[in-house]
Amino acid sequence: MPTPSSPHLREANSISRIMRLVCAALFPGIVVYSALIGPAVLAQIVLASVAALFFEAVMLKLRAMPIRRFLGDYSALVTAWLIALTFPPLSPWWLTVTGVFFAIVVAKHLYGGLGQNPFNPAMIAFAACIIAFPALMSEWPAQGLMLPFEQQLEIIFGFAPRIDALTAATPLDVIKTALKNNALRAGNIQELLMSQNLYGTFAGRGWEWVTMTYLCGGAFLLAMGVITWHVPFAFITSMAAISALCWLFDPGRFSDPLFHLFSGGAMLGAFFIATDPVSGCATPRGRLIFGVGAGILAYLIRVFGVFPDGIAFAVLIMNICAPLIDRYTQPTVFGRRANGRRS
Amino acid sequence: MMRTLFSFPGGVKPDPNKEASARAFIASAPLPERLVLPLKQSAGVAPLPCVRVGERVKKGQIIAVAEAWISVSLHAPTSGKVTDIGAHPLAHPSGLPAPAIVIEADGEDAWRERQPLDWQGLAPREVQCYLQQSGVVGLGGAVFPSHAKLGGDTPTEELIINGAECEPYITCDDRLMRERADEIISGVALLRDLTGARQCLIAVENNKPEAIRALRGAIGKHREDFVVVTLPARYPAGSLRQLIYALTGKHAPVNVLPAALGVQCFNVATVHSIWRAVAHGEPVVRRVVTVSGNVRAPKNWEAPIGMSMNALLQLSEPLDDTDGLIVGGPMMGLSLPLTNAPITKGSNCLIARSPRLFPPRPPESPCIRCTACAQACPQGLQPFELYWWSRARNFDRAAEHALAECIECGCCAYVCPAAIPLVHYFRFAKGELAAAARERQMADGARDRFEFRQFRAEREKAEKQAKTAAAKQAAVMSAAAAPSEKPAPTPPSEP
Ligand code: SF4
Ligand code: SF4
Repeated sequence: MPTPSSPHLREANSISRIMRLVCAALFPGIVVYSALIGPAVLAQIVLASVAALFFEAVMLKLRAMPIRRFLGDYSALVTAWLIALTFPPLSPWWLTVTGVFFAIVVAKHLYGGLGQNPFNPAMIAFAACIIAFPALMSEWPAQGLMLPFEQQLEIIFGFAPRIDALTAATPLDVIKTALKNNALRAGNIQELLMSQNLYGTFAGRGWEWVTMTYLCGGAFLLAMGVITWHVPFAFITSMAAISALCWLFDPGRFSDPLFHLFSGGAMLGAFFIATDPVSGCATPRGRLIFGVGAGILAYLIRVFGVFPDGIAFAVLIMNICAPLIDRYTQPTVFGRRANGRRS
Repeated sequence: MMRTLFSFPGGVKPDPNKEASARAFIASAPLPERLVLPLKQSAGVAPLPCVRVGERVKKGQIIAVAEAWISVSLHAPTSGKVTDIGAHPLAHPSGLPAPAIVIEADGEDAWRERQPLDWQGLAPREVQCYLQQSGVVGLGGAVFPSHAKLGGDTPTEELIINGAECEPYITCDDRLMRERADEIISGVALLRDLTGARQCLIAVENNKPEAIRALRGAIGKHREDFVVVTLPARYPAGSLRQLIYALTGKHAPVNVLPAALGVQCFNVATVHSIWRAVAHGEPVVRRVVTVSGNVRAPKNWEAPIGMSMNALLQLSEPLDDTDGLIVGGPMMGLSLPLTNAPITKGSNCLIARSPRLFPPRPPESPCIRCTACAQACPQGLQPFELYWWSRARNFDRAAEHALAECIECGCCAYVCPAAIPLVHYFRFAKGELAAAARERQMADGARDRFEFRQFRAEREKAEKQAKTAAAKQAAVMSAAAAPSEKPAPTPPSEP
């Protein structure tokens, strides 16, 4: 028997525990989200989870890897939940499954499986689907629309016709369209948002409650040591800074930083997506750069780009840069630091 | 007294598990009948045996003599008869035997004549030689000959005495500080005089209040100005570079000795053994060993060097499910099957293993780049990068990521959620790099030899031609006078 190598002790930690903590941190957000939109959210979560576990099992089998052990690391579940939360809640079932397929099969396993994927799988799913099915990926439930559970299910599973009246533009979309048409005058923007309000006061349609719970979930992950502060801090500060800059420049055309931070996927992106360790940066300074880049790009894409939100593409672009950033931000080794400097 | 400490990066806080063995007084292990003394017990060159099989030896008599400057003499731990000089298994994962001297004890435990050294009148160099002849090495585990650390070119500013003892389970230094603080402080004073250090700092982790009290009491009694510095308990606070930084703010890469920074560092047990050698004429023949883990009576034993590990373990009554030994602490120690390999000067702790106390590491998962390892690394390395390149067998890239700076403390592997045995990979990569360096050296040597041979062959050819030409000419000149000389035969070329 080969004698085991030191150390002979190990902290009670595992990838499975980390992933379960991430799921736990997402949970309050899911509850608030489904309270706002309806049980369709839960249906999407279940659908995506089942699909993800299925694809994961098939791929593990094809790659002759221990299925039980790797399914038990819950990484597929986290990807599934992120897809369910970033796709429109009334997406048809096959859209969600296609997204999961792209994430698990293409972005994860074809690149070598857990730990090897250069891109965030959930964001690959989002990007692939929004390019392939732009209309469906932009169909968010119209304001105040609370359909009964059966009807939501019928829409998702395609038994009911997808009527246009069901969906409407998101607040982000409304503002972007207005910006494009140059229809906004100072003061209008608040009115416009108010007209979109269901429960909320500053991010439209009560969405801020959802993002607020994501923020809380993110704080929980920070407290548990699952993520470090660098990416969320850099992401939020940079997005706040650039939106404040534009807003101060022309408050009539650009909405305020609070709106940007609490609408769309900003908080989800800052704490749950841009923090993905595998596809992100690994050095402390690298993570700051990654967060700043993702925050600014997300703002630019969501305000000036053609897509409803910019998180996915921002994160994917930064994924491409991550290895290079890491390379140039290697920390100084302890023994080679200048004397007398505090570490 | 409050000192501002510098805080080294990373570190971990494993369960200390020290109370059990720290409670009891140091007990003297009964003398075994047979002692196996491996020749190489320190860093550097193994000493040369100077006794014959069958020879009677006294306790403390030199049985192998230092061969070089980085080498110390070895002594008989008890009186008896030398019964064998040959290969014996050691506490080493390879299980390969190594040269050792075996002594059958006669039970009298009779000392050779012991003479204290009147060191105050001596030059430091003479004291150094005395320590070398007394077999003093670092007892904290590094087993570097103590005399060789002294007498560098850089004047010593800080003398640091390491009583941090940050590894879980180990309490031998703690007990020693509690019970023999007086001798330790005398030893510190001796080292202060030898090094001319401006300041003496004794570092102890804050989880040893009794030891701190005992040291402070002894310092007061001796009217010295040594400072006992309380370190926050965090592994590896007692590691050389982390300790020096914590106390002085000085950084040292692994290839720079602390002495070059004006710092000298000795472990408390080493200081104690130095004092025993100088003040009592007793060379290093015993050491305190913590025996703990899966045993009924965890305790510190003062055991003769050369005693069987298993025999020592039995004194603390191992439980039935004991399935092996950890020699050293659980973070850096060696895991071995139950073994009769001997205690050496570096063995500070024996831990009885059981699957309950030390569950086997789960199978390793892929690295998810969570950077928990980097956050825990006290050397500021990026262990996941080292792992990535080591695994890819791209050892040069691993070296670029400062693999050489890894002190194998185990913090990274302790926290890794993917259960990757990182240190194992790093040792492997270091081994491969060392092998590659050796090969390169050998290839360089071979190339040099080859080139030299070619050069010589050409030179000889040229000489031969010249000679032949000269001979021909001579023959032409004295055509009739003399018979033509034969050209000298070419000397055989050397290998
Ligand atoms: S702790 Fe383990 S899984 Fe995390 S980055 Fe380090 S090696 Fe990879
Ligand atoms: S074993 Fe090496 S890489 Fe790991 S934490 Fe210690 S010094 Fe860092």
